[in-house]
Amino acid sequence: MKTIVQHRLFWPIAALIVLIIVNTIARPSFISITVQNGQLYGPLIDILRNSAPLMLVALGMTLVIATRGIDLSVGAIMAVSGAVALTIIQGSSDPNGLGTVLIAIVAGVLVALVLGVWNGFLVSVVGIQPIIATLVLMLAGRGIALLITGGFITTINSEPYRFMAQGYVFGFPFALYVSVAAVVVVSLIERRTALGVLTEAVGINPEASRLAGVRSRGIIWAAYAVSGLLAGLAGILYSSNIMAADANAAGLYIELDAILAVVLGGTSLMGGKFSLAGTVVGVFTIQTLKSTITFLGVPPAVSPLFLAIVVVIVVLVQSQRLRDVSNRISQSLRNRRANSEVAS
Amino acid sequence: MSETRQPVIEVGGATVRFQAETALDNVDFRMFAGEVHSLMGENGAGKSTLIKGITGALHLDSGTIMLDGAPANFAGPAEAQHAGVRTVYQEIDLLPNLTVAENIMLGREPRRWWGIDWKAMQREAAAVLDELGLDIDPGTLLGTHSLAVQQLVAIARAVSGELRVLVLDEPTSSLDTDEVAELFRIIRELKDRGVAILFISHFLDQVYEICDRVTVLRNGHLVGEYLTRELLRIDLVQKMLGRSTEELVLLPRAEVDVESEPAILETRALSSSRVSDITLVLAEGEVLGFAGLLGSGRTELARLLTGIDRADGGSVILDGKNVAPGSPHRAIGLGLTYSSENRRTEGIIAELTVAENITLALQAQRGIFRRMRQSRQRELAASWIEALGIRPASTELRAGVLSGGNQQKVLLARLLALAPRVLVLDEPTRGIDIGAKVEVQRLVGELAENGMSVVFISAELEEVLRVSSRVMLLRDGRAIETVPSDQLTVDTLLAMIAKPDDGS
Amino acid sequence: MTMTKPAVAPNPVASAVQKFLSRRGSWVPVFAALLILIIMFVGAQAYFGNFLTPRVISSLLLDNAYLLILAVGMTFVILTGGIDLSVGAVMAFTGMLGASLLRDGSPVTVVVPVMLLVGAALGLGVGILVQYFGVQPFIASLAAMFAARGLAFMVSLSSIRVEEPAILWLQGTRIQAAPGSWFITPTGILALLVVVIGTLVLAYTRFGRTIYAIGGNEQSARLMGLPVVRTKLLAYTISGLCAGLAGVVFTAYTGASYPLNGIGTELDTIAAVVIGGTLLTGGSGYVLGSMIGVFVYGAIKSVISFLGAEQSWTRITIGGLLLVFVVVQRVIVARSSRR
Repeated sequence: MKTIVQHRLFWPIAALIVLIIVNTIARPSFISITVQNGQLYGPLIDILRNSAPLMLVALGMTLVIATRGIDLSVGAIMAVSGAVALTIIQGSSDPNGLGTVLIAIVAGVLVALVLGVWNGFLVSVVGIQPIIATLVLMLAGRGIALLITGGFITTINSEPYRFMAQGYVFGFPFALYVSVAAVVVVSLIERRTALGVLTEAVGINPEASRLAGVRSRGIIWAAYAVSGLLAGLAGILYSSNIMAADANAAGLYIELDAILAVVLGGTSLMGGKFSLAGTVVGVFTIQTLKSTITFLGVPPAVSPLFLAIVVVIVVLVQSQRLRDVSNRISQSLRNRRANSEVAS
Repeated sequence: MSETRQPVIEVGGATVRFQAETALDNVDFRMFAGEVHSLMGENGAGKSTLIKGITGALHLDSGTIMLDGAPANFAGPAEAQHAGVRTVYQEIDLLPNLTVAENIMLGREPRRWWGIDWKAMQREAAAVLDELGLDIDPGTLLGTHSLAVQQLVAIARAVSGELRVLVLDEPTSSLDTDEVAELFRIIRELKDRGVAILFISHFLDQVYEICDRVTVLRNGHLVGEYLTRELLRIDLVQKMLGRSTEELVLLPRAEVDVESEPAILETRALSSSRVSDITLVLAEGEVLGFAGLLGSGRTELARLLTGIDRADGGSVILDGKNVAPGSPHRAIGLGLTYSSENRRTEGIIAELTVAENITLALQAQRGIFRRMRQSRQRELAASWIEALGIRPASTELRAGVLSGGNQQKVLLARLLALAPRVLVLDEPTRGIDIGAKVEVQRLVGELAENGMSVVFISAELEEVLRVSSRVMLLRDGRAIETVPSDQLTVDTLLAMIAKPDDGS
Repeated sequence: MTMTKPAVAPNPVASAVQKFLSRRGSWVPVFAALLILIIMFVGAQAYFGNFLTPRVISSLLLDNAYLLILAVGMTFVILTGGIDLSVGAVMAFTGMLGASLLRDGSPVTVVVPVMLLVGAALGLGVGILVQYFGVQPFIASLAAMFAARGLAFMVSLSSIRVEEPAILWLQGTRIQAAPGSWFITPTGILALLVVVIGTLVLAYTRFGRTIYAIGGNEQSARLMGLPVVRTKLLAYTISGLCAGLAGVVFTAYTGASYPLNGIGTELDTIAAVVIGGTLLTGGSGYVLGSMIGVFVYGAIKSVISFLGAEQSWTRITIGGLLLVFVVVQRVIVARSSRR
């Protein structure tokens, strides 16, 4: 029992389960799943589908945070990739063709990758603080997206593109498959190659890692590149959902959601050991929270307030917890010393 | 030695413990007005703990501190400063982005009803500087001046206002000869004014030049208080380093005939900001010891050899070819490995497991894509755990929970797993118990016997002599000489270290 | 005597430059910003022919009065080495709050102080999170930004018109030297007043010097016995207060309050402050520099509207300029630390 409670994922999963239970009590329809035309529907399915963009972004954010960094530009990158993809489709002669759509998606994701590489360059080679380096793109990125769309909200009518966010495969939303695939691929890369453990080493103790011969520059660069790539994919999903490229609204505030998901999942903002599984739980928790807020009738525009409250609580608890833990340790050591002095 | 004067500062029976470690054990200490007093001891002797106690940065677990005969239990450094006990730290704790005048007067700026009177501040600061005979423009930004000048400004700040005790922490580490002379002039000026000065430095010559009295600490204990004019250099060094009481076990020491064996590693005129003109030769299968006091350049040289720091000049030659160990990654690729003296901050990665720590450098060399299978990792780690006797013998424990000795062995395993050409070990036995110490020393001997070339750095002279086949003596960043260890005893080595600088 | 004077320079010009640098080195980035501003003015005048007119220059101040006020508050925070990402959202929230209170009949003499107090309170909240709970400034202020944005929407989901004559007077009145010549509005005067107060406080009060000290080396400042905690809290409170005041000014400027106001304004503010010569690492910078940075921002916006190009180019140009400044700052820091 003790090992279960002490497991890193215990509290995140427990919090999620409590949230689901509370929701179910408030509206029993929460866990109901209906089947129509061989496709599953229901609030839980909505959560699985709508969480896909956040899942992608949060996975990338986990890696960046593990290297003691942060990526504030993910929302802007989402806007850019959506703008690129939709502009290609709109300008093509065959917007419904699978080939066009595939080219558009690849182009959008590639541009996002380039932006991620740019961030990584600023941080790992030039040595700019991650906050500032990614702030630049956060500033300029949406402007670039607007330029690509010519200042308008580009809309398209393309069935294959729509399928990304709104289609179904074997009864489940396609977006869910994208989510799952991303989680699986990133986990494989982190854990099957040495990237995961080297990233953790760099995050925990950069100097000791350097002395051990770890090439931290490449690792940090890779983290930002992956973050950009995943943000690009998230941007495709987002624009597919609304069938439009809205440079101002795409990925708005998703940075905070992603940071919160990572932190909820147990990864420390100070870098080092990270948990992709924890981030997954964190993402679902946030999405469920959002669903709860909407159900309570709170206008979506106001929801950032509640998320801000949750962020503050989580950060306070984490800092308080650290302080309590250190107090307890020093207390027990003092007791032990007192006992040994009595004995001797 | 009878003293009828009352000391300015008197510390009695000071004891400080940090969790399991005793940093100070029943130490007495006193300083007199108008005297320069030096506190001597190697790393871990307790110097900085005693200083923190005096300056209010730390509370004693037991013992008393008296200032002018009255108990002085400072709640914090601010209170101590107010009482006239001020410190100039090695890392100048002033504000480089503000002017000299501001730094001197900060917290006590002259004010009028509408705010700070800048003109008056300049005038007062200029007056303070003038009094000390310093020609520094108070209107200039502190950061534009050299460290030497910044230090003088720090002293000027300490002087303005009633000053009783001035603590100078390694003030001359970054100064050249002229700057040191200027500093000493100021110190003598303050002496004449009746200030008690605590001068902490590892430069023996300077201590003998400027200090009247010296207190020696070792391993948290007081060795004694002496007048510098009554204490021979060699005695001082011997008191600092001490003679250990452990049985000298005969260890296999690689008998290497340097002339005939090929040199695996050489340097020619290797220089950096901390060492100058080092030429050394390391033969295959030899253990070369670096001996010298703190600050002599042992660690700095070791880091140059293994790519941790960059050299400004000279060359490193491996197997007869010029190489540039420009980074730790490249050096390890060449087979030059380093084990840092700062085990906790530069060695062990506490949150990773023992297995991950042991295989870290090897994995870093293989690159990201050639990941070692978990089973292979564990296998490798387990074999090293057994070979080096790491306890507890678990591959999955977080490395941070191991004892110092076992952590050192984990670091050693990390390097050995690379099958290196040269092993540079910096203070590998510091802070570990006797049993583990002897084990590590024995390991080094065995490695050398099997053909490994080792550089062994330690402040404990017996250890250096026991393990090395030759000893290279370093002083002030220079290589003085290299002598086969069977021609040395601890006493003769001590004498060489303590020899006064003949203006070389 | 000490050898503190640098080696004798071969010519008097070099030694004068050296002397200037050693006394006023931190003003150099500000002069760089001023140079850029002048170049922009000259270039725009040369290109358009009718850029440097009293009307255009006067509009520069009035269109960006809100940003000027925000930049002063942000300067305080950045000087301590921190950052405040919430200012845009707080400006919007206080604006919404004020407009809604006015609409419900509260007197303007109560509403304006309330707006200022609310802004200050939110700023103090961020400061407390940073100082007492050890939260990184950008996370604490990011949370505050989201809270304020949500609160703004809670007041109303759509915009609220402001009919209060006192507020409209702030923007509507033009004090003109002569017809067709320079003019200024009360909002402009207010902004300049804030700049003057900010400059004086930073240069002549112990509080101001402590701000610089904290930015220079917080550890040292504490060891010197300076009131670090109180000063940092006050810096964030000032930033919030300025955001509240900017809320008043912006509401006057647009004649209404809109919950989506100020999105991205915090980034504009930070960019203006950095371009104006304040180092992000803290300890170096001036309010006057931030003012120049705001004018650079305004000038870029004007030039882009003159060109008839998309407004989104403004943000891109600012982002690019910010990047250049940050990289140059980084190179200078790297070179001096290697010494």
